[in-house]
Amino acid sequence: MIEIFGIPVAVLGGQILLGLINGSFYALLSLGLAIIFGMLNVINFAHGAFYMLGGFATWILFTYFGIGYWPGLLFAPFVAGSIGALMERLLLRRLYNVDHLYSLLFTFGAALALEGLFRHHFGSAGKPYPLPGELSGGYNLGFMFLPLYRAWVIIIALLVCFGTWFAIERTRLGAYLRAATENPSLVQAFGINVPLLLTLTYAFCVGLAGFTGALAAPIYQVSPGMGANLIIIVFAVVVIGGMGSILGTILTGLSLGVIEALTKVFFPTASAITVFIIMILVLMLRPTGLFGRER
Amino acid sequence: MGSEVKPVQLEVFDLHAWYGESHILHGMSLTVRRGEIVTLLGRNGAGKTTTMRAIMGILRKREGTIRYEGGDLIPLPPHKVARLGIGYVPEERGIFSSLTVEENLLLPPVIGPGGMTIEEIYDLFPNLAGRGRTPGTRLSGGEQQMLSIARILRTGANFILLDEPTEGLAPVIVDQIAASLRILKERGFTILLVEQNLHFASAIADRHYVVEQGCVVDEVANHALAENMDRLNSYLSV
Repeated sequence: MIEIFGIPVAVLGGQILLGLINGSFYALLSLGLAIIFGMLNVINFAHGAFYMLGGFATWILFTYFGIGYWPGLLFAPFVAGSIGALMERLLLRRLYNVDHLYSLLFTFGAALALEGLFRHHFGSAGKPYPLPGELSGGYNLGFMFLPLYRAWVIIIALLVCFGTWFAIERTRLGAYLRAATENPSLVQAFGINVPLLLTLTYAFCVGLAGFTGALAAPIYQVSPGMGANLIIIVFAVVVIGGMGSILGTILTGLSLGVIEALTKVFFPTASAITVFIIMILVLMLRPTGLFGRER
Repeated sequence: MGSEVKPVQLEVFDLHAWYGESHILHGMSLTVRRGEIVTLLGRNGAGKTTTMRAIMGILRKREGTIRYEGGDLIPLPPHKVARLGIGYVPEERGIFSSLTVEENLLLPPVIGPGGMTIEEIYDLFPNLAGRGRTPGTRLSGGEQQMLSIARILRTGANFILLDEPTEGLAPVIVDQIAASLRILKERGFTILLVEQNLHFASAIADRHYVVEQGCVVDEVANHALAENMDRLNSYLSV
């Protein structure tokens, strides 16, 4: 058995894989958070709740309707996005013109309400979700075993992240979004329905969170608290990456996932706080974030 | 150009407007006929830009009448006002730094027929040609002003609100912009122009309104400018 720094390669490989998976989740979730903050000036504490909604949507679809993983992957973001659109349209948008604190409190309250609702109906315990048949099993790479599902999660997460990057940086709709982030009233004066754009942006971003929840279901189980634990780390990821660039956010998420995983191997006791230590360092040395710009 | 009177395209009557508690417009009234270039002259703080924003619907707290081609503008959100055919070139130019020159140019959607093609726009403003991939705010002030006008011309809007296009620009650029506005007038555009540069305004406009403390205090036809110069200078002097 080959060892690197005293750790068997198989263990190292497995941890890096886990790190890439977590990193993919961080990337997907921080992307949505960063876009919502950039465009709507809302600190969306409800993001973890939409991740949880997506996980539950896919679990409910399977458990009560017998409909499997693949439709679930589409259903989850649809549910999260629809509820997000309603929430933005009816409630959140009333808070755009007042202190940011109110939208923060509102989304925090919404998260508590949603999680409480699901805890009441479904209990706190995690609910298992089966691996789809096509993605069970794996490959023996020689130095480690690569589960097929985990490889799939990383690939699809990267595809969605870069697809989002492309949509924002290279398309006309993305230009509307970037312009509306800078000067929403002027963009509206050009004939673009900016309020609708904001609703759709919020819906898309929380839909991304819901999609991530569906991806996570076979790995991490589905529970009402699944988002709350994750969202704190995702906030730290967004602070570390800054909100200057989409690619920066994605890269930061992936890297932090891997760094956290490696810390688990070499420094297990510190692994839970790795991201926060990095966040403190970044705030002290470069407060706008690694890829951030002055706002 | 015959002697028949062209139809009124924009009518503002007894318009009051507020920024929060501040009462800025006090019974603003003006008309603009199709194909005219009409200026709002006045000192800083007179309410000229506020009038533009009130027409466009960006400023929401208003009372009074704003009619465009007979329709009431006040109940409409800004994106619906734009879709009626009104183009807005703001005082700050509003070029987006996170967009390239080409993205800035193509940003305002086409809202009606008769807009200029990209080739025609580059003919009118040769400085913009070949700069498509440059970030918008890397252009000079004059080029940004041209871009700010150019992107409206593509949309099919035929009524343009143009707020202080020559502010801070070198005379040679000002002449270029005046020439382009004369071409627009020939093509039948209607322009409501805010200006403090009386020389520039007199070179292209048909009529001038003088705005002071949120309402119109005087109106002078361009051909009668010379004999009224002293009076106008007293309005505009600081």
